[in-house]
Amino acid sequence: MHIVTFTRSTPDTAAKVEVDGNGAVSWGDAATVVNPWDEYSLEEAIRQATNVKGDTTVIAVGGDLHNDSLKHSLAMGVKNAVRVNADGLDMTDSLQWASLAAAAVNNIDDCQLVIFGKEHVDVGSDQVTYQTARKLGWTMLSYVSEILELDAEGGTIKVEKTVEQGKQILTAKLPVVISVLKGINEPRYPSFIGIRKASKATIPEWTPADLGIELPASSITHDAYNNPPPRDITSEIIEGETIEEKAAQLVDKLLEEKVL
Amino acid sequence: MDFELNDELKMFHRAVRDFCEKELKPHAHIAHETGELNWDAIKKMPSLGLTGLQVSEAFGGVEMDTLGAAIAVEEIGRVCGSTALTISAHNGLGCGPIMAWGTDAQKEKWLPMLTSGDTLGALALTEPQAGSDLLNGAQTKAVRDGDEWVINGTKAWITNVAWSPVLTVLLRTDAESGSRGFSMMLVETDREGFTIHPPEKKMGLNASKSHMLTFDNVRVPVSNILGDEGNGFYQTMQTLDNGRISIGALSVGLAQGAYEEMVKYAMDRTAFGEPIAKKQLIQEKIANAAMEIEAARTLIYKAAWMKDKGKKFTKIASIAKLKASLVAEKVCYDAVQVHGSAGYSRDYAVERMYRDQRLMQIGEGTNEIQYLVIARNVLKEFESGTFTML
Repeated sequence: MHIVTFTRSTPDTAAKVEVDGNGAVSWGDAATVVNPWDEYSLEEAIRQATNVKGDTTVIAVGGDLHNDSLKHSLAMGVKNAVRVNADGLDMTDSLQWASLAAAAVNNIDDCQLVIFGKEHVDVGSDQVTYQTARKLGWTMLSYVSEILELDAEGGTIKVEKTVEQGKQILTAKLPVVISVLKGINEPRYPSFIGIRKASKATIPEWTPADLGIELPASSITHDAYNNPPPRDITSEIIEGETIEEKAAQLVDKLLEEKVL
Repeated sequence: MDFELNDELKMFHRAVRDFCEKELKPHAHIAHETGELNWDAIKKMPSLGLTGLQVSEAFGGVEMDTLGAAIAVEEIGRVCGSTALTISAHNGLGCGPIMAWGTDAQKEKWLPMLTSGDTLGALALTEPQAGSDLLNGAQTKAVRDGDEWVINGTKAWITNVAWSPVLTVLLRTDAESGSRGFSMMLVETDREGFTIHPPEKKMGLNASKSHMLTFDNVRVPVSNILGDEGNGFYQTMQTLDNGRISIGALSVGLAQGAYEEMVKYAMDRTAFGEPIAKKQLIQEKIANAAMEIEAARTLIYKAAWMKDKGKKFTKIASIAKLKASLVAEKVCYDAVQVHGSAGYSRDYAVERMYRDQRLMQIGEGTNEIQYLVIARNVLKEFESGTFTML
């Protein structure tokens, strides 16, 4: 079995990200990091592939900025990495993104399981996970907190999902797409041997032509960007004799401001 | 000239930074307060190569060059001085001599254990009455008795020995032969007659433990000799040359950590209606720290590069260690100063860093010895007419 996972390079969460009036996003010279949610999906892909003696591939969609995350994935122990890119790709168009992602998965033999991290931290969204599953025509299991059994021969997967009221245990027929939560595992650090190998690796790039598809035209136009006005913050330190008195004053103020 | 690290080192640098931020930085304060290392983190180090930086892969290491090893120690020093000294001593002093002079059997026996993350390596040179002047002062001796050596004496300030299954000891094996009268020997720490005394009460680096040791008729087989009999003093000098690069890198790491704390605090703390980072007297400290750290790091990198290229590096290693240790002191001093009273509190990291840096001017040869080494080499260059060359 071949297990596929995805990653992308996102601005460091400590970086100051700015969006200009034309929607262009910039974060100065700050480094990018592996999308923090992907640390868990990468780890889970490595563990599951080890269990079923399968192969692993990590895919990134987009420009060569994402090679850093792919190399990090290789250094962690994912066996293969590939980047999918297309002229005219709009990274904010999730349907274009998912079309390329699904076509890349279809280009890998014997892939039965795709693992995503819960969301992409840069766009604050997880819709590409569902759209990729839809494009593949596979079952989608989101918010998986544990893989209880991956049965390659029986062609099933049993997982624990976190839902609002508790946990759900369910079994699905492969192939499936899952998204995993933090806490499903403790992601490993890259190994030095992995780093040595990854630093020398050349990442292949697949185009829509290689995958036998055409990039769908984007159906979205961005008409305007309105950044929120800068916030005028004033701080006030509440004075009082006792903690109780200060707390009462704080509650009054919060009620006054309609925070509570 | 090329100041860019190669892709492998860049990735390694980043991975070590990430590891240190997540595993060591949150524990650094606890290590300072309790004197306990974070062993959970140390046990995770082998796969990243931190417990076998320059040991061959066959024995559980990653065979990095000196530059890579220096970068690793600097990064650990940036977040936790105690762990950095432990790891520096383990790699350079513990594993280094066995890797350099061990027989295949000695390497196979000890290096996999030492690189496993369960134990640490150590080297015993200093004695209560001999630090800088080992040649004349070191008294601990080994006397041949059949197929064994019998060891008697006292060693002091031995780092990591509490966690070592074996340590390398500098011993006088021939009282008449001066610098040719020393040998290095491997001594298992469970040998009869070997005693580890309570840890020293130090000014800083609280979780890195150093002990006095006594040898009372400790017997080891002749096969425990490390390298050639009579070569111990020269092995020591070589080991210290290497160690100086590492202690210099650790100094740069401490300076870097204090510098980051200083700048962040200066941007955050307001006085007279604005962040103190806008005050020119504070900016002078920030600019000086930036300049001095850059200079010290460049020297460390150059010393490491010269060693890796097989060039003579004794003088540059001393220069780099001397400069870096002075920079660590100055930057940590200023970082405390910028923090004001907060800097004098154990609640702030700079208090710990200021204490930790103090050893950098003492360990691996005091700074006074570095001046001596540098001047001796400069005078030799002038005498031989090679002083204009690099």
